[in-house]
Amino acid sequence: MLDLALKGKPRYWIWISFLITMILIGFICWIREHHIGAAFTTGLSRDVSWGFHVGQLTFFVGVAASAVLVVLPYYFHNYKTFGRITVIGEFLAVGCVLIAMLSVFVIMGQPSRVWNVILHPTPHSIIFWDMFVLMTYLFLNLLCGWTILHAEKKDAPPPKWIKPFIYWAILWAPSIHTVTAFLYAGLPGRPHWMTALQAAHFLATAFAAGPSLLIIISMIIRKVSKFDPGQQAINKLAEIATYALIIHLFFIGLEFFTAFYSQIPDHMKSLIYLYQGLEGHNRLVPWMAISTLLAFTGLLIFMFPPLRKWNVTKLIGAICIFFSIWMDKGFAFVVSGFIPNPFDRVTEAWIALNEFLVAAGVWSVGALVITVLYKIAITVKEKAVFDKYGQKQVVD
Amino acid sequence: MITRREFLKIAAFSSLLGLGGAFTINALEKEPGQKVLKDVNALKGKRWAMVIDTKKFKTELDFEKVIKACHKAHNVPEIVNPLHEIKWIWTDDYEHTFPGTAEEYISDEIKHRKFLLLCNHCENPPCVRVCPVKATFKRPDGITMQDMHRCIGCKFCMAGCPYGARNYNFLPPRDYIKEFNPEYPTRTLGVVEKCTFCNQRIDKGQLPYCVEASEGKIIFGDIYDPNSEIRKVLSENIVIRRKVELGTQPMVFYII
Amino acid sequence: MYDGWKIILGLIIFVIIVTMPFTMSIGKTYIQPKPSIDTPEIQKMEKKQCIEPKQYMREMHIKILYSWKDYATREGKRLYVASDGKQYDVSLQKTCMKCHSNKEKFCDECHNYVNVKPYCWDCHIEPKVGGVK
Repeated sequence: MLDLALKGKPRYWIWISFLITMILIGFICWIREHHIGAAFTTGLSRDVSWGFHVGQLTFFVGVAASAVLVVLPYYFHNYKTFGRITVIGEFLAVGCVLIAMLSVFVIMGQPSRVWNVILHPTPHSIIFWDMFVLMTYLFLNLLCGWTILHAEKKDAPPPKWIKPFIYWAILWAPSIHTVTAFLYAGLPGRPHWMTALQAAHFLATAFAAGPSLLIIISMIIRKVSKFDPGQQAINKLAEIATYALIIHLFFIGLEFFTAFYSQIPDHMKSLIYLYQGLEGHNRLVPWMAISTLLAFTGLLIFMFPPLRKWNVTKLIGAICIFFSIWMDKGFAFVVSGFIPNPFDRVTEAWIALNEFLVAAGVWSVGALVITVLYKIAITVKEKAVFDKYGQKQVVD
Repeated sequence: MITRREFLKIAAFSSLLGLGGAFTINALEKEPGQKVLKDVNALKGKRWAMVIDTKKFKTELDFEKVIKACHKAHNVPEIVNPLHEIKWIWTDDYEHTFPGTAEEYISDEIKHRKFLLLCNHCENPPCVRVCPVKATFKRPDGITMQDMHRCIGCKFCMAGCPYGARNYNFLPPRDYIKEFNPEYPTRTLGVVEKCTFCNQRIDKGQLPYCVEASEGKIIFGDIYDPNSEIRKVLSENIVIRRKVELGTQPMVFYII
Repeated sequence: MYDGWKIILGLIIFVIIVTMPFTMSIGKTYIQPKPSIDTPEIQKMEKKQCIEPKQYMREMHIKILYSWKDYATREGKRLYVASDGKQYDVSLQKTCMKCHSNKEKFCDECHNYVNVKPYCWDCHIEPKVGGVK
């Protein structure tokens, strides 16, 4: 089936070449760091030891986990509307998990020693479990997506043995993001991250950002191919994203209440830093302002029927929500955990150019995998959905 | 006549078998029969701890002697930029050593006193909990040790430490060392380092460099031994520790 | 043959790559590496033997160092009792390199020949004779 990805229009090959170029640039930048030191290639410091890349891990594990939102209704509850979009969601999860795992890999100061995580398994370390659950999830989604797609290609129902793997993947999805939340939520020295709500909040943001990305991707697929994931499916995704976004904003409100009603300095300071600036340091205030503005714009568009009637506004809303959560979870959340530092001082962090290019390379790896998998899926599904006269068989 | 698909399957399987076999044989090879033992002079203790008498540190030189003794012996690079600096032992003032619990109306003298900070070698260390490769681990004698050979540079321990005691090598350390101590290694880019309570000295029966250089201002001993000097000092003085409420049980005490 | 020219071309390229170690070394002479034990510490010794006999050290020195690394750092054991009963300090810099202070003429001789680059020297300081980087 892989040969289906080797045939494409020029624009397909231009996109692939672009991605490969970005991957090469990212790789060179990553190598650079190990020659000259992270001081020159990242915005990190002794006080802020995690930054943009760990944020990308956090964010993309969430998007990967959100595949469960299209898989669960279809397989557990026979929700036929999602019939054509489940494989799209599963393959998106594959790419996003890859981005997440690579994001962790590129932060390692001694990458040749990463093998140690397997040679010396440490069950009391969350990174150990993170590596384990992410690899399993990658394998599961690849297996399920590929098998079902292959069955569709052969015009046959999926084999019975795939069902337990699908159920496993569905139950595994929230767990990968819970483990990611556990990276943060159990550290006694970082009060901003130490909330029992962390895993729930992560899932809420994931379930808003993931469907938003799926909406954007579905619209792109419609434009570049004859395959249509389904207008009803897109509408339902928008509804899911709306509720998830409301819960996310509600959770932020909860954090504010706990911090400011209790008046405990440790809880308040990080929030003050993010939204107002602390002791004159306010580099992230515009960042958070934009994130909040985007969130509310997306919320407005998705909440009100007259605004979400058109696909154009749905697209804008989805983009707003996706980037709002990316800005928050993908950077601000990580950095603000280190502010103020254990000595009650503020050291700010930003994103170095080298750091960004490495991340761009990592995104490109995910995008490449997703592109190839989607090319296969779309080619198969186009044949399945269109009869031999080129007429659409399924009426939406 | 086998099909191309079958051929590829057989080829992939046999190469996996070959690789797997090679790994297994390598792993099963016996280690050379050697005897490596503990040094007879090694200091014996169940829980090493430290009491710093802050009253006795009067001048800048007092602190410098202690810090230099440690940093010179351990080839700690001298990086000026606080964003990337490496410090195993350093000083800070009262308000920033005890943020959150510093007393507002305490005497001016104490407010301006400097305190020595280092890894607290906690009894319940969060850094050890989070390390995915056990590069940082608890020794049976209580030292929170750092194995720089194994560290993969993930910096999880730096996020876990509530005391800011850990350092990542953002810069090539050898570029910032003026005088090398040939008896101790340096570290390299991408590895986390910190105070190790001079484990290499304790294993040979000597006290940590800082304790020696302090000439009595720092007491070092086995806190589990009821007859030790450190226990005597702790029972005769009022001591405070950093961030006790976090449950880490730090083993560095300060006499104010 | 289906796509015959592609297969033959591929085979030719494969053969060229696989025989490169042999074709690239035509005209080059084999110079046996001669590690030198001409250092002040070794010349002082009566019986010039390492912690273990020469052949054993040749085969096992890296395995010894690997296990020393873990014994010293992780278990706090720093006393090595050799097979002849002599005791040594478990330390690359203080024991091994005390005698073999000419790293470039000793360690590097063989290592360069077999193109082995141990990364121990990233952290462990090479002795003064060879110069510290």
